[in-house]
Amino acid sequence: MMLALLLTLLLQTPDTTEVLKGSVVTAYRQPDKVIPAQALQGEQLQRLNALSVADAIRYFSGVQIKDYGGIGGLKTINVRSMGTQHVGVFYDGIQLGNAQNGQIDLGKYSLENMESVTLYNGQKGTAVQSAKDYASASAVYLRTRTPVFQDGRRTNLKATLAGGSFGTVNPSVLWEQKLGEKVSNSFNAEYLYTTGKYKFTYRKLNGYDTTAVRQNGDVRALRIEEGLHGRIPDGNWKLKLYFYDSERGYPGAFVREEPGKFRHEDRQWDTDFFAQGSIYKELGDWHLNASFKYAYDYLHYRSDPRLDVSTMYVDNRYRQQEAYASVAQEYKITNWWDVDLAVDYQFNTLDADLINFVYPSRHTVLSALSSSLRWEKLKLQGSLLYTFVDDKAREAGAAAESRHHWTPTAVLQLIPFRDKNLSFRAFYKRIFRMPTLNDLYYTFIGNKYLKPEFTTQYDAGLTWDKNWARGLFRRVELTVDAYYNEVENKIIATPASNQFQWTMVNLGLVRIRGVDAAVGTQLALGPVTTSVRLTYTYQKAQDFTDPSSPWYGGQIPYIPWHSGSAVAGFDWKGWHLNYSFIYTGERYEAVANIPENYAQPWYTSDLSLSREFPLGAHSLKGTLEVNNLFNQQYEVVQCYPMPGTNFRLILSWIL
Amino acid sequence: MKQTIITLLLVAACLTACRVPDDIIPSTQTSVGGGDAGDIAGFYLLNEGNMGSNKCTLDYYDYQSGIYIKNIFAERNPGVVQELGDVGNDLAIYGSKLWAVVNCSNLVEVMDASTARHIGQISIPNCRYITFKDGYAYVSSYAGPVETDPNYRLGYVARIDTTTLQVKDTCVVGYQPEEMVIVGDKLYVANSGGYRVPDYDHTVSVIDLNSFKELTKIDVAPNLHRMELDAYGNLWVSSRGDYYDIQPMVFIINTEADCVIDQMDLLACSDMTLCGDSLYVYSNAWNNFTQSSDISYAIVDVKERRIVTRHFITDGTEEWFQNPYGIAVNPNTHEIFVTDARDYITPGKVYCYSPEGRLKWSANTGDIPSRIVFTHTPLR
Repeated sequence: MMLALLLTLLLQTPDTTEVLKGSVVTAYRQPDKVIPAQALQGEQLQRLNALSVADAIRYFSGVQIKDYGGIGGLKTINVRSMGTQHVGVFYDGIQLGNAQNGQIDLGKYSLENMESVTLYNGQKGTAVQSAKDYASASAVYLRTRTPVFQDGRRTNLKATLAGGSFGTVNPSVLWEQKLGEKVSNSFNAEYLYTTGKYKFTYRKLNGYDTTAVRQNGDVRALRIEEGLHGRIPDGNWKLKLYFYDSERGYPGAFVREEPGKFRHEDRQWDTDFFAQGSIYKELGDWHLNASFKYAYDYLHYRSDPRLDVSTMYVDNRYRQQEAYASVAQEYKITNWWDVDLAVDYQFNTLDADLINFVYPSRHTVLSALSSSLRWEKLKLQGSLLYTFVDDKAREAGAAAESRHHWTPTAVLQLIPFRDKNLSFRAFYKRIFRMPTLNDLYYTFIGNKYLKPEFTTQYDAGLTWDKNWARGLFRRVELTVDAYYNEVENKIIATPASNQFQWTMVNLGLVRIRGVDAAVGTQLALGPVTTSVRLTYTYQKAQDFTDPSSPWYGGQIPYIPWHSGSAVAGFDWKGWHLNYSFIYTGERYEAVANIPENYAQPWYTSDLSLSREFPLGAHSLKGTLEVNNLFNQQYEVVQCYPMPGTNFRLILSWIL
Repeated sequence: MKQTIITLLLVAACLTACRVPDDIIPSTQTSVGGGDAGDIAGFYLLNEGNMGSNKCTLDYYDYQSGIYIKNIFAERNPGVVQELGDVGNDLAIYGSKLWAVVNCSNLVEVMDASTARHIGQISIPNCRYITFKDGYAYVSSYAGPVETDPNYRLGYVARIDTTTLQVKDTCVVGYQPEEMVIVGDKLYVANSGGYRVPDYDHTVSVIDLNSFKELTKIDVAPNLHRMELDAYGNLWVSSRGDYYDIQPMVFIINTEADCVIDQMDLLACSDMTLCGDSLYVYSNAWNNFTQSSDISYAIVDVKERRIVTRHFITDGTEEWFQNPYGIAVNPNTHEIFVTDARDYITPGKVYCYSPEGRLKWSANTGDIPSRIVFTHTPLR
């Protein structure tokens, strides 16, 4: 229910060029160092019929997206079943925070100006990274466009108008300007409006068949980003301001009611602002990166019985602030051995107009020492993260005790043969997430005695790729990973004494065994250039919390045993056709794996066709998308119906 | 290439076409052992289902066959859109009809008491509990008129004709009204004020059933909830306290004088049921200071107003309960039924105890088993 607000300053991290070089979708790349990643970027990202970052991430293996439906519905990511709060989301290199509830709504982040979306299991393993880059079980990096000026141009301009089903109107503008030899400016603004109304059907075999229209799912959102990018000798700097303002309705769970009688009118307003900046400098063998961020998030939630007779009056405002600074450095001892040291400090506050609220604040200090060794056939990386967390509250004795933990990671990569097409890797990582400020301090629900939730990951995998100059197959890339994860002290809500009173406890133990696989190919079919990507995920994620429970060992809610995706792109004489398919297998909505909680598999097909038309010095680009081609009626989350077939038309004018 | 695309699309189309709608979830039967309960044929049990999950379900136990049937409503009513609904709060039989108050579906479902088949429904926003007299059903609701401050919104009691299923009248009472009891021509309703934390209501409203107007309010204690009428004209009312300093306890109202005449300081009560002069009480009281729940049990002699025992479960199986959530005593056999909602998100359990407190049988229920209602006509 609670979300975050933001404003950013762009951060240069040295893996930029490497991301841009890569051309492979949804397949593991091998960065400078050792840790595998999946990335979607550039054109491939834009062709996915994806409006938000959440829609794109569905094409990664090992990932489940929780989607409450529609453009405005909350969308969160769960990597390898460890839970949403174990996924760090980084925007232009700096983590998006939500100290209040620890989850990031990826539906709020537009793909309009996104250059790449990258997922790392474990942690990112590039040079000179902040301590926070080591501090989550897995991480998603969102990188917005960096200005590139061709042929001596000083200005790039792009105006886009998108629109389609659900009364969606989505104009945006991107303006990039060179401000001299070493500095460029980037301005991006986007507006989104949708009524959020769509038809959906609930049907039972030999039973009822009802169709209704989703109500109160409207969204109005404005996003403005302003960035400065500069170069200095042997380095660069970035500065970013981010502003997001939205109003949305909450359509709520679709449950039995007298049809059409009750208007659901719950609403939420968000204003997010952040400013962030960074500077990167190389001094011989010593590389340095410094960054900072300030974020202010405002959330207003209202449920008003004057508008909806059945509801309780709620009118709450939450204000979060975050200040963050990081200094990271790397020293290259030899060309095969380097040592990194990073220290981060973060301060969070939460203010809410709840009764008996304790007004918590949190200081976090993180420091990471890491080293990597690279030989021809073997690469090793090890890191040790120290985290210190100290909470304060306005009321004496209300704050949790301070905590500190040491958490290690070890990564290994082996390239055993002279033919470097085959490599093996393995990693071990232990990390935790702190209880969020809501977990600890939310009036009535919070529990200040909570311990952190720990995850331990073991992963082993391989990558094989091969290129051919002629023939049907031009490139094949295959990756497979097998893993075992444990989540201990899992923080879960448990009822206190009735339905309306819950509290947070450390109860859960979850063990996850999984396999992620991805295959990418590039084919030449006469004049048609074709790329096909397939991903598959198997997960057995079991709850071992309570041995006396009849559901001990049950598959945890919403994790399918089997899931996968397929993306096929065809290029022919300037036309681009893209077909994407998502499959989520059968799963249960509760740990009791019984027919009452069974959820059917769902699978959707999306198509997009696009073409760019040159108009002298300008050009015009048009894209037509059809989503959920076969109008499948499905739910990702129980009682939250998803839209059927829908359309989107995008027109861009490019100078 | 075209062929590949067409094949791919055809495969996808076929896959989509092959997807059949969900089945109606069938009931499941468990043999737990029967018995002779005189004119009581069995009982219905209402499972609340977690809020927003639309998983309110109905179970049935039959004394003659000794079979416990889980989830009978859906298969008997395949045409009722979205089954029983979201968060069942109360269940009762009046005449030949079975009434379920489904809180978050904002309706009362009316069924045939011998078949559990749908007869009709009455839409009442935020409806809570139900009681009956002289051909009328009375339903308490949180959703009264909103005055200037939406934080202070009174509730009401609706009067429903049990034949036509029409709302005939409403009477505004206190804040967030809960259980009701009718004594003669007076209806008593416990006002909780649960939406006004920490400023709870602390009154019982008395309604004159002839005029259907509120006669008076009796000042009792904060956060009132349950009500039971004993054979001596005394009303036992539970207060949930404020989960901080004010402890939960039970108050006794004399319905002649309409005033509080006594209180049971050490009797915390989550729910209670009366059988003869014995009031069976369990409590699962949360305390925000200690961040823990205290589970306790008691039998109270309502004539003597004293606690007879703190343990009506005598075989040690008390320990099995995670979150006791409902209680009933068979007036013929004096068997005690206690439900356990466990973690609220997985199926609960119902336990049947002999009058001496020894476990006879148990069965898995739906999610959050709460209300048990005995029936004289067996389910057909």
